[in-house]
Amino acid sequence: MSVIAPNFKFSEFVKSILDNVFWILLIFALIGLPAVQVILFYVEMPVIDGELLTPFLALTWLADPSRTLPILKAFMNTDLFRIAAFPGFGFAALIAAGTIFIERKMLAKLQLRVGPFYCGKVEGILQLMGDGLKLISKEIIIPAKADKPIFWAAPIIFVATAAAFVALIPVAPGWVVADVDVGLLAVFAIIGFFPIITILSAWSSNSKFPFIGGIRALHQMVSFEIPLILSLLGVVILTGTLNLSEIVASQSNFPWIIFLPIGAIIFFITILAELERIPFDLPEAESEIVAGWLTEFSGMIYGLVQLGTYLKLYAFAALFVVLFLGGWTGPMIWPPFPEEIITDGIVMGPITAKIPGLPVFSQEMLNGVVWFVIKTMGVIFFILLPRGVFPRIRIDMLLSLGWYKLIGLAFVNIFIALGLLYAGVLGPGGIL
Amino acid sequence: MNKELPPGLALQKVDERIMTLNVGPQHPGSGHMRIIVQIDGDFIVACDPDPGYVHRGEEKMAEYRNYITNIPHLERPVIHDSCNILYPYVLGVEELLGIEVPERAKYIRVIASELNRCVYTMYWLAIYGIFLGHSTMFMWPAGDRELLIDLLEKMTGARVTHAHFVPGGVRNDLPPNFEDVCLRQVNYFEKRIKEYAAIFYDNPILISRTANTGVLSREDAIRLGTTGSVLRASGVDYDLRKKEPYDVYDELDFQTNVLKEGDSYARSKIPWLDMMESCRIIRHALQKMPKSGSVRVKLKPNPKGGDASVYKRVESGRGSLGCYIVSDKKPEPYRVKLSVGSFRNLIALPYLLKGEKLGNMPSVYWSLNYWPVEADR
Repeated sequence: MSVIAPNFKFSEFVKSILDNVFWILLIFALIGLPAVQVILFYVEMPVIDGELLTPFLALTWLADPSRTLPILKAFMNTDLFRIAAFPGFGFAALIAAGTIFIERKMLAKLQLRVGPFYCGKVEGILQLMGDGLKLISKEIIIPAKADKPIFWAAPIIFVATAAAFVALIPVAPGWVVADVDVGLLAVFAIIGFFPIITILSAWSSNSKFPFIGGIRALHQMVSFEIPLILSLLGVVILTGTLNLSEIVASQSNFPWIIFLPIGAIIFFITILAELERIPFDLPEAESEIVAGWLTEFSGMIYGLVQLGTYLKLYAFAALFVVLFLGGWTGPMIWPPFPEEIITDGIVMGPITAKIPGLPVFSQEMLNGVVWFVIKTMGVIFFILLPRGVFPRIRIDMLLSLGWYKLIGLAFVNIFIALGLLYAGVLGPGGIL
Repeated sequence: MNKELPPGLALQKVDERIMTLNVGPQHPGSGHMRIIVQIDGDFIVACDPDPGYVHRGEEKMAEYRNYITNIPHLERPVIHDSCNILYPYVLGVEELLGIEVPERAKYIRVIASELNRCVYTMYWLAIYGIFLGHSTMFMWPAGDRELLIDLLEKMTGARVTHAHFVPGGVRNDLPPNFEDVCLRQVNYFEKRIKEYAAIFYDNPILISRTANTGVLSREDAIRLGTTGSVLRASGVDYDLRKKEPYDVYDELDFQTNVLKEGDSYARSKIPWLDMMESCRIIRHALQKMPKSGSVRVKLKPNPKGGDASVYKRVESGRGSLGCYIVSDKKPEPYRVKLSVGSFRNLIALPYLLKGEKLGNMPSVYWSLNYWPVEADR
């Protein structure tokens, strides 16, 4: 009498399951196992602590904690880990996800709302995951007359460029993906890519509103790049280096925001403009040009652009921290690793486990990461805050702000830096 | 078949620099209408508003229903200002049938009408905020509007489509203890809308964006036939509650707000100032209202008007709202014509937008205090 499945037969159901199991086992035995063996035969296994890593040894290490830590530490020293996980993409994406959640909850509190609430039981903490799943499951619609290769490539290049920006940020002493001597120049070069990607994606969609949005984004980013670069020159003059790690190390006594507040303010305003945040969100001005250069994006293409945007937000906030707020420097608040675990081992009833390789991270590194994250989240908070307070400004006001006021103030900032340098207060050989 | 296309749709040879944008009806910044905008760079060279997407034939429908059953559908054009849009119809029918309304009913009507004006203006203000990219100004009025909607629900039984005014008074008397609740909520509401100055009306970015944009001079405002807040923002002291007082407005103490600038900022500020006057009117009316008495004169079933016509108008949230009723001794009206403020204000849009920047379009458009559904009727 079932209405839902009128032709349901239990025997056929069991038979279909057995069929599936049979085919899965057959394919695994005929293709999967030989493939794994072939790979293991050809791949060169690494040597860790003087032992060659064989599959047997790898399985042993999984079960034995005293042998797990060395392999973990060896893995953490590889470039792959740095690019994919800790100071690189994974860490930045985690902070970006936190930023989205904080933005939504904070804005909701400001506007007397609740914000995301139901997804994930605790204050809607899984809302972002739900949104991501929704975006993945959506169809990607491409305009009929769009220039398809560029239209597809633009979001991917956008995320890749934002990730390249993230790679230059030093998070803790020694923890940076690309520790280059021209770090700040590389940052300027990467910032210069964003207008090109924006105008390419806007133009390739062959639609009027994205085109206007792309032109606006081009104007905005190009005219704010100049004050951005000029505002950072003060820091470069005082430190005498372009390496971001060395710039952080030079602020161990005091951050540069104390001496260069004008530069910090200009840099903050230009960050807002480069990120297209309110009040500078003209390229996405909803009531005028729908969603600006994002109008034709749908599904996960749109999701990628959003991911890139928030990665960029993290990178700019981190750059502000590195240049003006002293990066990872700060009082030691992380407790030291207990010495008796290294000397005596962990006593668990009758068993005493001595684990070599502890501690995994040094105290200075963990403390640096904590300070870096705290400062970065603070800067991100101030980047998000104008969204609840200001309306959008107009393009002519934006351009006059960028070309007249900010560039003039940036020169004032440079003169302050030069004055401090020649008076012998700061810089190489200064009294402070 | 040689069909004449409307001017906005006809293919015309234009300069290559000029781009035609269809703002709406599928556009977050248009409402239920379309604005055909031609831009040269960032400047608007021509603008052609194209309403009519939500025309529902309310006036024709009114010819097939009798005077009482016309009430629920005539308030549909502006459901969040439904008391005000029914007001001229009810006044006109009362004059046709020769009914004298009880004193208490007149005060209840004035209170309901002013509450409804505030509800409408808060909705309008929310959309004005989001048009300027100010999301807090969208959420705050939309939330504070609930206070007055709760009051109107207590009063009439419905949150938006009240159908509360009937020829001969109002449908129901006030619930017990209404005066105290109303006074408390209106006082709190006034305190809240005064806080909007800090976040919105005194915001330097807002002032620099909307001041001196879309300037409508006093002469042009009169010549184009605009009404309501648009007219008062251009320096014309014209409020039907003062000029042609209906019901008990002549006994109440209030003033009209007039600004001289005539720009988007002044036009957006007048409704906000009017809300404070509305709070004043409500407090005064609650004080002067007779504490008991009849609120409705019972009519005969299927009342018939004489061989006459009547034109009544009131001041709605969007300006003067007139209703012309022609009766021919039948239970149904021969003709009902609504003259709405929205449509009259929309006429000014092409004049205001010419030469403006594209970024000013949303603020100028929505500052005209315009409701697309009302214009289409």
